Amino acid sequence: MAMTMTQKILAAHAGKTEVHAGELIMAKLDLVLGNDITTPVAIGEFPKFGRETVFHKDKIALVPDHFTPNKDIKAATQCKCMREFARAHEIKNYFEVGHDCGVEHALLPEKGLVTAGDLVIGADSHTCTYGALGAFSTGIGSTDMASGMAMGQTWFKVPSAIKVVLKGAPKKYVGGKDVILHLIGKIGVDGARYESLEFTGDGVAALSMDDRFTIANMAIEAGAKNGIFPVDDKCREYLKAHGAKEPVVYAADEDAEYRKTIEIDLASLKPTVAFPHLPENTHTIDEIDEIKIDQVVIGSCTNGRISDLAIAAEVMKGKKVPESVRCIVIPATQKIWLEAMEKGYLKIFAEAGCVVSTPTCGPCLGGYMGILAKGEKAVTTTNRNFVGRMGHVESEIYLASPAVAAESAIQGRIAAPSDK
Amino acid sequence: MLAKGKTWKYGDNVDTDVIIPARYLNTPDAKELAKHCMEDIDTSFASKVQEGEIMIAGKNFGCGSSREHAPLAIKTCGIACVIAASFARIFYRNALNIALPILECPEAAEAIKAGDEVEVDFDTGKIIDKTSGATFEAEPFPPFMQDLIKAGGLASYMKGL
Repeated sequence: MAMTMTQKILAAHAGKTEVHAGELIMAKLDLVLGNDITTPVAIGEFPKFGRETVFHKDKIALVPDHFTPNKDIKAATQCKCMREFARAHEIKNYFEVGHDCGVEHALLPEKGLVTAGDLVIGADSHTCTYGALGAFSTGIGSTDMASGMAMGQTWFKVPSAIKVVLKGAPKKYVGGKDVILHLIGKIGVDGARYESLEFTGDGVAALSMDDRFTIANMAIEAGAKNGIFPVDDKCREYLKAHGAKEPVVYAADEDAEYRKTIEIDLASLKPTVAFPHLPENTHTIDEIDEIKIDQVVIGSCTNGRISDLAIAAEVMKGKKVPESVRCIVIPATQKIWLEAMEKGYLKIFAEAGCVVSTPTCGPCLGGYMGILAKGEKAVTTTNRNFVGRMGHVESEIYLASPAVAAESAIQGRIAAPSDK
Repeated sequence: MLAKGKTWKYGDNVDTDVIIPARYLNTPDAKELAKHCMEDIDTSFASKVQEGEIMIAGKNFGCGSSREHAPLAIKTCGIACVIAASFARIFYRNALNIALPILECPEAAEAIKAGDEVEVDFDTGKIIDKTSGATFEAEPFPPFMQDLIKAGGLASYMKGL
């Protein structure tokens, strides 16, 4: 039977020669991830599985990134709980704040912890990011995480799939964020509910790995179980450069069944912004009237990578953020922070009037480091613009690319840089 | 397994950020979380909900983050069952894993009004709106998922394998 790329990875991890959409399987896990919010709940559930030790000390990654550096006593207590669990179980991939740590979905690929063909679960919905590396990876809850840590396996319903054929190459200042916002705008926040988004086509080659991470990262915002890219030379080079295990390459069968096929001409895309309060409320930049803003956030697991900061720095170089705007820049990992410093980006941001933070998820989920007051509007490179996501229920979030966020910070209103 | 109670009704795309805002996720304590359940779209819910009541919602209920705190808060509030037109997938599996009964039934989700008295039979998938007299049939769960719920969640189920 013909299978999608996702189905092949699931079949291999379930010890089956084939699986079909809708089938329920038990599959073995290559990596189990948790953060400082979801892991404490999983630690509470862990003893209920009747195992005294974790299934594999090297196949668990624990990343304190959401409320870190600890925002309050309760957050500190959660991090302490996770740290002590990591020590007690000798978990190799525990990353301490400041010690090569960072936002989990930027960190794990950077540390070479995921390779093509892997099956990864993470107690964080944006775990789907690693589909950029040709892995099956999906977000799950804390009980699943506990199951994964204890047993090294959990259950899956094999998904059907939507094929997304990317064609051509995007224009300057159009990137991965615009591609995924365009797609979500087209199919809706439940357009791929319980399905895989399998990206393919000649346009894939025109996208950087960072663009692909951004696209796979937001597959969940269309309701998808996972988003996945084919393994090409760019992907292999990335895996090699980051010391990942030898990739196991799966490709969709030519006659694999897709529920539908969507074509996207990358060259025709324009900078795209998702209006409050759903990622599907998209508008291209030319359709947007003047919207004045109070805050800009450039960072997160979606757009806090070095190429994101490079674009923002290019846009902001020599310019000033008006006093009416607070611009917060958050390199996603310690390594990205250092590289941004070495390349002079942090200086450009600071001189423009931005505040540069240590790596944290903080503002993206309304945790801390940039909470919005009633009536305030923000342009952010994060992934969700739900009611109250970044603060007050009457604040507004506009999701955009780093290029749009940087230009908006400079102009004090939603704007895209000119590509001339 | 039966549930019977008054309903609370919400719309489409109710996300986990409004079910339990992230600002309260600095504790895994279910009772603390329950105090703030639905607070960003309904400030009265957490203080007024009674044990055994039923939540009704539109499509894509529980979209957004993977936080298990969301079904946990709903369950700890006393909600006996959530009936929605459809569920976002992570919420769906989290609910099953912690044995919060959920049913997908677009017709019931649309027709049942807030405050109606509703009776749900999980074994048959039958939903009766006692107030209007209407009955609905939800798609029954596949056997594996029924076993998961009967076991009381994933931990008990996996331990029994």
